[in-house]
Amino acid sequence: MLKAQDLFEEIYWGLSANKVRSFLTILGIVIGIGSVIALQAIGAGAQGSIQASIQSAGSNLLYVLPGAQRGVGISVNAGRGSAQTLTLADANAILASVSGIKGVAPELSRRYQAKAAGQNTNTQVIGTVPAYTDVRNLQIDSGSFITASQVSDGQRVAVIGPTTRDDLFGVDIDPVGRTVTINNLPFNIIGLTRAKGGTGFSNPDDAIYVPITTAQHYLSGQSYISSISVSAVDASSMADVQNSITSLLLVQHHISDPLAADFNVVNQADIVATASSITGTFTTLLAGIAGISLLVGGIGIMNMMLTTVTERTKEIGLRQAIGAEKSDIRAQFLFEAVALTFIGGAFGIVLGFLASLVLSRFTSINGQITLQSILLAFGVSAGIGIVFGYYPAQRAARLNPIDALRFE
Amino acid sequence: MIELQNITKSYKTGGEEFQALKGISLKIADGEFVAIMGPSGSGKSTLMHLLGALDTASSGKYFLDGKDVSTMSEQELARIRKEKIGFVFQSFNLLPRTTVMRNVMLPLVYAGVPKAERNERAKTALKSVGFDETHFENKSNQLSGGQIQRVAIARALVNNPSLILADEPTGNLDTKTGEVVLRTFEKLNEAGHTIVLITHEHDVAEHAKRIINIRDGLILKDEKNLHQVTAHSY
Repeated sequence: MLKAQDLFEEIYWGLSANKVRSFLTILGIVIGIGSVIALQAIGAGAQGSIQASIQSAGSNLLYVLPGAQRGVGISVNAGRGSAQTLTLADANAILASVSGIKGVAPELSRRYQAKAAGQNTNTQVIGTVPAYTDVRNLQIDSGSFITASQVSDGQRVAVIGPTTRDDLFGVDIDPVGRTVTINNLPFNIIGLTRAKGGTGFSNPDDAIYVPITTAQHYLSGQSYISSISVSAVDASSMADVQNSITSLLLVQHHISDPLAADFNVVNQADIVATASSITGTFTTLLAGIAGISLLVGGIGIMNMMLTTVTERTKEIGLRQAIGAEKSDIRAQFLFEAVALTFIGGAFGIVLGFLASLVLSRFTSINGQITLQSILLAFGVSAGIGIVFGYYPAQRAARLNPIDALRFE
Repeated sequence: MIELQNITKSYKTGGEEFQALKGISLKIADGEFVAIMGPSGSGKSTLMHLLGALDTASSGKYFLDGKDVSTMSEQELARIRKEKIGFVFQSFNLLPRTTVMRNVMLPLVYAGVPKAERNERAKTALKSVGFDETHFENKSNQLSGGQIQRVAIARALVNNPSLILADEPTGNLDTKTGEVVLRTFEKLNEAGHTIVLITHEHDVAEHAKRIINIRDGLILKDEKNLHQVTAHSY
């Protein structure tokens, strides 16, 4: 049996004798492993950033969303966002009678055209109350947030987000004291929120916050609100709070059957879990597609090894004549295939790493390469070498020395 | 020491049985230089395959240094080739694009000889076939036909085999280069190596000390070569 070092030298000789072909074969594995690594990294990164953006909305959050009441027999579904079943009275009732609550922030949000200094943007205008900053984890960079008296008086004041500020006034300008026109009504800017950078279902940086009463009176002209955010004191009390809110609102809305509720109470943890499972599915799907390219790479290895064995039949005969045993021949060709996939795997990890760096730079997703995915890639590439290298190696070992020597 | 006892070998080709060897018995002592001669189809190639432990006989016994080779498994045959046989082929069969030294060392790699010793033995073997030391690191495709065949001979003897088997070693060479190669064999024989030369050319066989003629799978003549052409006669 050949010594390991000698085997290694024979393999090196075999592969370097046909550099272009070896390189192209390795390339197939590089692309396969690289895409598995990159897509896995992107999937994990996407999962992380979606979770982070959901959680950046605030901690231990519950959302009360309006929903259409389901009558017996007929379902009148007006769509969740536009249903008009929640009022400020509901928000006040929750604050007054549900225990374990840190804060309640009713919201009335809609998109409007906002104008200032000749600039013009379409943005989310959120009517809310002072508790919003605590509940939604919003910080003020300059000026102040809406006060209780501004809410009770229905004043036309506005707090704007940094992205909206950039659009309307330009970067690095303090907008406090200036005026923004929303829906053709002037609002006095009293504050600027700090950038949160979350990218989820709505961007908190691209928004204008106004007193909820002002939004009802001047903008929507209706008493309905679009949602209520409730923050619980801690994670363990969320289920209790969720149940209490549900039963309270059922009483408030005079509904006896919980299945016919005209609202939904959604738990933040549920949203995170749902989003995670969606991104998880996508990651698996992407890795699966990348796996196909790896399979194609493996077939490339087999193709090359079969060609090599045929081309080198005479050499195999010679090696057998001068004393190589079948196991030596088999080991030589098997490990040639494994060496190809191993080299491909190593470069594939580098390629995948670079690809995920590039993608992280140009998209909002932060690629995360885990040790696990690197080990997996190495294992898979060595495995492909063995699986796709075994048959050609076996064919080489089975050659009859006399026939092999005569081969032309 | 080689002893063949009533060796037969038959092949099946297309359902028909073809008997290549029909009962060969011969003895070759250590240090002999034997030429096996015969036209194509005489069975001399089959005989060479058997002598070289590349194949086993259909019946009969083959003893090499007292070991019964005729009943060996493929793996045991590989070990016999590794330890006791050195081959020189008509078509040289050097590893392409590989240095002279690596080619000569290849049998030692399979024999598990340590690296430093491989180097020494390869150099000694190359010198003993008169190969110029300045070309030791040349690639095999940069060599002339005569040089290539001397590298192949060095490779055959590097493992110090009991038997050097040369199958038409001058078949691909011009007459002059062929003479150089044959004289190399003569010198090796003088140094004590046992050499069996397979050829169909009478001129080539004349270099051996004993000529065995084969026809139709049987030994026709086995006699001492009285007119041996020696290196000295040139």
